[in-house]
Amino acid sequence: MTELLTLDRISVDIPLDGGFLKPKTILQAVNDVSLTVSKGETLALVGESGSGKTTLGYVVAGLRKQTAGTVTFGSSQRNADGSPPVQVIFQDPFSALDPRMIVGEIVAEPLRLKGVSAKERLARAAEVLGQVGLPPEAAGRYPHQFSGGQRQRIAIARALIAEPEMIVAGEPLSALDVSIQSQVLNLLDDIKQQHGISYLFISHDLGVVRHLADRVAVLYLGRLMEVASRDDLFATPSHPYTQALLAAVPRIGKGRRKKEQILRGEMPSPLAPPSGCVFHTRCPRAQAICRETRPQLLPAPGRPTQLSACHFKD
Amino acid sequence: MQHAEQLVAGARTVASATSPSPLLDVRDLTVTFPGAAGPVQIVRGLNYSIARGETLGIVGESGCGKTMTSLALLGLVSGGGKVDGTIDFNGSNLVSFSQRQWQQLRGRDIAMIFQEPMTAMNPVMPVGRQIGEVLIKHQKLSRRQAEKRAVELLASVGIPSPARRAQDYPHQLSGGMRQRAMIAMALACRPRLLIADEPTTALDVTIQAQILDLMLTLQDEAKMSIQFISHNLAVVSEVAHSIMVMYAGKAVEYAPSDDLFANPLHPYTQGLIATLPDPDKQVKRLYVIPGRVTSGITVGCRFASRCPRADEGCRRTEPEFVEVAPGHHVACHKVGS
Ligand SMILES: Nc1ncnc2c1ncn2[C@@H]1O[C@H](COP(=O)(O)OP(=O)(O)OP(=O)(O)O)[C@@H](O)[C@H]1O
Ligand SMILES: Nc1ncnc2c1ncn2[C@@H]1O[C@H](COP(=O)(O)OP(=O)(O)OP(=O)(O)O)[C@@H](O)[C@H]1O
Ligand code: SF4
Ligand code: SF4
Ligand SMILES: [Mg+2]
Ligand SMILES: [Mg+2]
Repeated sequence: MTELLTLDRISVDIPLDGGFLKPKTILQAVNDVSLTVSKGETLALVGESGSGKTTLGYVVAGLRKQTAGTVTFGSSQRNADGSPPVQVIFQDPFSALDPRMIVGEIVAEPLRLKGVSAKERLARAAEVLGQVGLPPEAAGRYPHQFSGGQRQRIAIARALIAEPEMIVAGEPLSALDVSIQSQVLNLLDDIKQQHGISYLFISHDLGVVRHLADRVAVLYLGRLMEVASRDDLFATPSHPYTQALLAAVPRIGKGRRKKEQILRGEMPSPLAPPSGCVFHTRCPRAQAICRETRPQLLPAPGRPTQLSACHFKD
Repeated sequence: MQHAEQLVAGARTVASATSPSPLLDVRDLTVTFPGAAGPVQIVRGLNYSIARGETLGIVGESGCGKTMTSLALLGLVSGGGKVDGTIDFNGSNLVSFSQRQWQQLRGRDIAMIFQEPMTAMNPVMPVGRQIGEVLIKHQKLSRRQAEKRAVELLASVGIPSPARRAQDYPHQLSGGMRQRAMIAMALACRPRLLIADEPTTALDVTIQAQILDLMLTLQDEAKMSIQFISHNLAVVSEVAHSIMVMYAGKAVEYAPSDDLFANPLHPYTQGLIATLPDPDKQVKRLYVIPGRVTSGITVGCRFASRCPRADEGCRRTEPEFVEVAPGHHVACHKVGS
């Protein structure tokens, strides 16, 4: 299969100014990540806050430059500014939509950059607003006149109008109502069916990911812990971190979870990542070797396409 | 401890519906605001109670009145809002309290934690000192004693190196640690009732699980009652003994947790359950509750415009809130007693 996107050993180092009299330090936001996404496929990036999901998404969208590794698009299409055929839907539609612009202008912005005429821009804006389930009149109103779910739709319409081959999408804010979240997930699914768009879908909640993803990549401290097809990952999660993420999803009717199922502690500072396996400070299965030797991303036993970076993987 | 074991098996169970007197008993609670076109009832006639040591979950979409209900319990309804009904807390009716009485009650007998602790904490005061202030105010501790106790409290909510963390300002803590500090502050005076308003919504699912567990552990130790608010039924199901589902300012279903999940009766409750993505099951399409909350409707069932079972009768008369099985209350014409 030809891949739409190939990430080969991507690292992103962010230099931090240590402040007065302190030396500059380097924060490794993404570390040696290799992934592929084929046409029409949805790859979910999952991990806790600070695991590097957004940074990697920015690299894919051309909004941030990697420090090492290569990004290859198996497509000759390019945006107006020469950037790859990728659009981004930010996690927070409240801050991402310019409050002084009417929705029609916001949505048509990518076309204005391309030099499309005002008349055609309006027509296309009305069309994509229709595709995301908003009435044509929506084009003449301001963002604050819409509910949270409708603002999510506006952000999706703006991404769609550029006819991208890939959309980098933050999960619909979980702070939004659950019914809005399910509407937005369904809409993303519809667009995928109709346009054959690929998604890089970013989330910390495996429950939300299950519905949309074809494959899942689990990140921790900027490193890949596990990469697998959705079905393998949910049926037989291999990596202890994946298992912990899955156990953390709230479920109806299960009552209080057992103490031993709760992942302890928080992600350590990326400025001082643990030695060996970066997860060892929180891993219930850690042994001496985990503190010394970094595990390679290798197939889980008997499952050649399910990759897991753990000395004691399932 | 026996308590904790029961919970692992399934939803939390209500100890006894007939226990002597609940800690909190709310009758006909109504909050009214002046509006351009006359008074608007934001909360309409709530009836519920919370027993000692138990948790009530309140669930519903944005704007249904969850926070307003909590503010009413704390005497914090502002902006010209008027609270009617009775709020019986440990034998006194809070609705008739003076400002002075409220001030003594808040933080001592009833404490509240919020979704975003940054808004509730003082950004320019170290967290240890903030917790200390509460103790100085209500427990008349000296500053020395108070700050020492604050460090103990930070340790009790699982904050590593608490003495050092006590010196940190709120923005220097991670989201999860800030929420822990907020809990430490709320529990400083061992309140009988803790109101938790979306306490985990802004957190990762892993940290959410930690915070929920922390709240339950502290509840077991202190036997306090909790009013837990969330828009997510799955989160509520992990902590609540009983659950009240609200829609447009009213309770539409109120039942012990087991009953609610085994036998959800109101179409809105059924929709809220169906709409959650299930991590254990692959579905073709997620259920969506059609439409959205319509404001300004004053007749009939408020949910009628979104209800798959609505008929003319529903749009004409508002259903009564009735007890259809022991402890299980529903407001729907299609659910008989
Ligand atoms: N511009 C920046 N300056 C300094 N540090 C940064 C910057 N951007 C990202 N980082 C750091 O890089 C790491 C990865 O951040 P990133 O935003 O990619 O994580 P994430 O997985 O998207 O988290 P979240 O779930 O909170 O959005 C974090 O430690 C973050 O603090
Ligand atoms: N000061 C006020 N004056 C008039 N109406 C108000 C005032 N404050 C809140 N409201 C309205 O009261 C209703 C209930 O608000 P409340 O904050 O209790 O909702 P909520 O259920 O907590 O929602 P969310 O999930 O978004 O926090 C909303 O429709 C809101 O617009
Ligand atoms: S390598 Fe060791 S510490 Fe890392 S995930 Fe596997 S068992 Fe845990
Ligand atoms: S009363 Fe009618 S409209 Fe209201 S919830 Fe019941 S069936 Fe639906
Ligand atoms: Mg991010
Ligand atoms: Mg609220």
